[in-house]
Amino acid sequence: MAWIGPRKLSGLGMLGMNSRNLEFIGRYNDRRLYPLVDNKLKTKMLAQEHGVPTPGLQFVVREQHQIRHIERQLSERESFVLKPAKGSGGKGILVIVRRKGDHFIKSSGELLTLADIRRHMSNCLAGLYSLGGTPDIVLIEDLIAFDDCFAGYSHEGVPDIRIIVFRGFPVMAMLRLATHASDGKANLHQGAVGVGLAMDTGRCLNAVQFSQRIHTHPDTDNPLSEISIPNWRELLILAAHCCDMTGLGYIGTDLVLDKHLGPQLLELNARPGLAIQIANGRGLLPRLRKIEGLREKRKVTAEQRVDYVMKEFAEA
Amino acid sequence: MTKRITFYAMVVMIATIGFLVAALRHFETGIPLFPGQERSVWLVEARIDFRATGDAVTVSFSLPEQLPGFDLYQEQAASPGYGFSIVTENGDRRGEWTKREAQGEQSLYYTAQFAEVAESVHHAEGPTPRAVSVYWDDAQNTAAQQLLTRASTTSSSPHSLARELIKLLNQSVPDQNTALLLAGGEGRAELLSKLLNQAGVPARIVMGLHLEDARRRQQLVPMIEIHAEEKWTVFNPKTGEPGVPSDLLLWHRGGKSLLDVTGGRRSRVSFSIVRQQVPALQLARAQNSDNIFSSIGIHRLPVEEQSMFKLLFLLPLGAVVVVFMRVLVGLQTAGTFMPILIALAFLQTSLLPGLISFVSVVGIGLLLRSYLSRLNLLLVARIATLLVLVIFIISAMSVIGYQMGYSTGMTITFFPMIIIAWTIERMSILWEEEGPHEVLIQGGGSLFVAVIAYLLMDMPLLGHLTFNFPEVNLILLAAILGMGQYTGYKLSELHRFRAMDEG
Repeated sequence: MAWIGPRKLSGLGMLGMNSRNLEFIGRYNDRRLYPLVDNKLKTKMLAQEHGVPTPGLQFVVREQHQIRHIERQLSERESFVLKPAKGSGGKGILVIVRRKGDHFIKSSGELLTLADIRRHMSNCLAGLYSLGGTPDIVLIEDLIAFDDCFAGYSHEGVPDIRIIVFRGFPVMAMLRLATHASDGKANLHQGAVGVGLAMDTGRCLNAVQFSQRIHTHPDTDNPLSEISIPNWRELLILAAHCCDMTGLGYIGTDLVLDKHLGPQLLELNARPGLAIQIANGRGLLPRLRKIEGLREKRKVTAEQRVDYVMKEFAEA
Repeated sequence: MTKRITFYAMVVMIATIGFLVAALRHFETGIPLFPGQERSVWLVEARIDFRATGDAVTVSFSLPEQLPGFDLYQEQAASPGYGFSIVTENGDRRGEWTKREAQGEQSLYYTAQFAEVAESVHHAEGPTPRAVSVYWDDAQNTAAQQLLTRASTTSSSPHSLARELIKLLNQSVPDQNTALLLAGGEGRAELLSKLLNQAGVPARIVMGLHLEDARRRQQLVPMIEIHAEEKWTVFNPKTGEPGVPSDLLLWHRGGKSLLDVTGGRRSRVSFSIVRQQVPALQLARAQNSDNIFSSIGIHRLPVEEQSMFKLLFLLPLGAVVVVFMRVLVGLQTAGTFMPILIALAFLQTSLLPGLISFVSVVGIGLLLRSYLSRLNLLLVARIATLLVLVIFIISAMSVIGYQMGYSTGMTITFFPMIIIAWTIERMSILWEEEGPHEVLIQGGGSLFVAVIAYLLMDMPLLGHLTFNFPEVNLILLAAILGMGQYTGYKLSELHRFRAMDEG
C-alpha cells in the first residue's frame, strides 16, 4: 500500500471529498436545483430550451406496460443508447451499436436478446439504478458517432470530456477513454483511462488508469500524450453555458464530440468526482479559490470567462 | 467565519451540557460511573422472642426512621403465621405483627439493610418538645435537687448542663447524692433524662445499635438526647460526648416504647449484624427514588421498555462509529447505517456465531439471487422473493444449528431480514456491474464497521454509561456534529491520491 502525506496533498492543492461536499457542493449548489441534473430527461429539456445541443431523444419509456410493445419501437433502430433518467455514475447505461438478426450487440460485443433488454428496462423503471431506489423512467437516445480524433484511443465506448465548471468558469478538464477493463464505461473507478487536459490548449497533460500513471492506451497501445482536442475553446464555452442554464455553482459537464454534430452535452453532474485531479496531476483547490476570490459583479459572457481561464490556468 | 465560531461554540456547549448533567447526576444520586461497583451496607436483623399466652397477639416494634448518618435501603419482616404491616403513628414508624391465636415460644424477625451516607439529611423536627414532669420520692428529690444545683453552677447552657450531670454521675467514687439516685435501680440514661427534665431541659432516651461486623445477640444501647437550640443533640451517657458516633445506628427515637407485646410474656429483642456488599447502582436507585433525576429518568419506565431503551441508547455509539469510518477513514459500506443494524444483531447473537451466520446467510442469498436473475422478475417482486428466501435460509440454519446442538442457531432471527434481502440484492447488482472485488470491499467495509461498532457497544462501561447517564449521548452528538464539519482529507484519500506523489 502506497500512501501520500496529508501535508503534501494540501501543498498540491488537492480537493478532498469532505471539503468538496462542505465547501463547494454544500455552499454553491442549491438542493432545489438538483433534479435538473439528476434527471437526464429534465437536463435534456433544459438544454433544448437554452439551445445547447444534446444527443437526439428517440422515445421515453415511463410505464412497465410500455415495455411489452418495445419491439415495435426498436424495430427500425440499428443503434441506440438506453439510459435510466436518474442513474448516477454511468449506472444502467446500455449502448447498442449494431443488430444481428434478433440479437442486439453491446459496445463490448456481447449479444443481448430482446428479453434481456426488456429486463434491463424493467429494472430501470423499478429504480434499481436511481439514487435512493426511487421509480425511474428510461430514455432511448441516438448513439453518438464519435469524432475521428479519438480513433485508436477508445475501446468499445464513447470517449467523453468531463469539464468542471465553477461559478460559470471552467476550471479543469479531462478526457475519459473507455477500456476493455471498464466494459465500455467511461468511469475511472471502473477502469477507464483519465487524460488530464490543459485548459489553454486541450492537449494531454497526464494520464492515469486505476490511479496509476500510464503513457499508452492499455488496449490499443497508442501514445496518450499525442491527444489534442479540436475546437477546444468552443467546448469550454459550451460547458460554461451549461453551468449558466442550471444555476448550479459547482458542476461537472460531460461533453462528447460527435463526428457530424459537433460538441454535445451528454449529462451534468452536481457532485463531480475528484479523480479529475489525479488525471491532471494537479489539485483543484488553487483554481477554485482563485475563482472564489474574483469580485466582479458585472455579468461576464461565457466567452469572456473562457478567455479568462484559458489565460489564467494556462500551462506555462 | 463567525458562523463557524458559533457552530463550534454550540458543539462545545452541547458536549459540556452532556458532561455537566452526567456529573451532576453522579454526585446527586450516587449512580456509579463504572459498572459492577459495590457498596457495603449493614444488614441488621432484629429478633423478637416472647412466650405467647394463647390469646390474640399484637406485637408493636419501633422501626428506625430519620437515621443520622444512615439510609434505610431495604427492609422486610419474616414471621410465619403472622400478619405484618408497617404503621406510622404521630411520626413514629412501627412494625406490627398480629395473630389471632398463639401458644408457646414465638420468634419474629425484622431485617433491614442500612447504607452509610456521607451527610445526614436534616428532617423536619416535630413541634418543640416540652420538658416533662418527673416523679421522685422524697429522698431522691432532695438528692436530685442538690445534684442539679451543683451541675448548674458549673454550666451555662443546656448542653453544658448535660455534660456536667454526666460527669457527676460517672465519678469514679460517686458522692452520696449520686449513689442514692443510682441505687434506685434506674439506668444512667434514664436517670439523666429525669434530671434534665427536672431542670426544664426537654430530654429523652434514644436507643442505638453499635454496628460491628458479624455480631449476634446485640442489645440496643441507651443514649440521652436533649433538645436545645431548636434541635436534638445526642449525648453518650457514659462519656458525655455529644453527637452520634459514626458506628451507632439510632434505632428508636422518641415516640412510644421500643417494643409492646400484648398476648405474650417475657418478650425481648436482640440484634444480629452483618456487613454486606450490594451493587452500588441498585443502592443509588433505591435511595434516590424521590430525586429529580430519578423521577424523570428511564428507570421509571416498565422494565420491558427499559431494555428497549438500553438498546436505543447504544445506537448513537454506532452512529459515531459510522460517521468516523466514513468521514475520517473513508471506508465504503453497503447502505449507510446497515452496519449499526448488523452490530445490534451481533449484540444478541454474540460476535463469532453472528459473523458466521451473517456471512453464510448473505452468501447463500447471493447464490440464490444469481438464479433469480435468470427469471425475468420485476425488482420489487425479486426483493420480496429474496426476503422469503432469507427467512427460509435462516429457519433452515436455526433448525440445523439446533440439531447439531448449537442454541445460537435460534438467535440469527435477530438479523433485520428486510435489510439482509436488500443487501443481497445490492451486492448482487454490484457483483454484476463492478465485479466481485467491489463486493468484497463494500461487504468487508460494512462488516468491519459493524464489528467495531459491536465491540464498542458490547463494552460494559459504555453500555452502563449510555443507559444510566443518557446525557452522555449529547457528547456523542457533539462528536458527530464536530465530524460533520471536517473538511480535511480522508485516510482513504491519502491512498487514492498516491499517484500525485510522482508528479
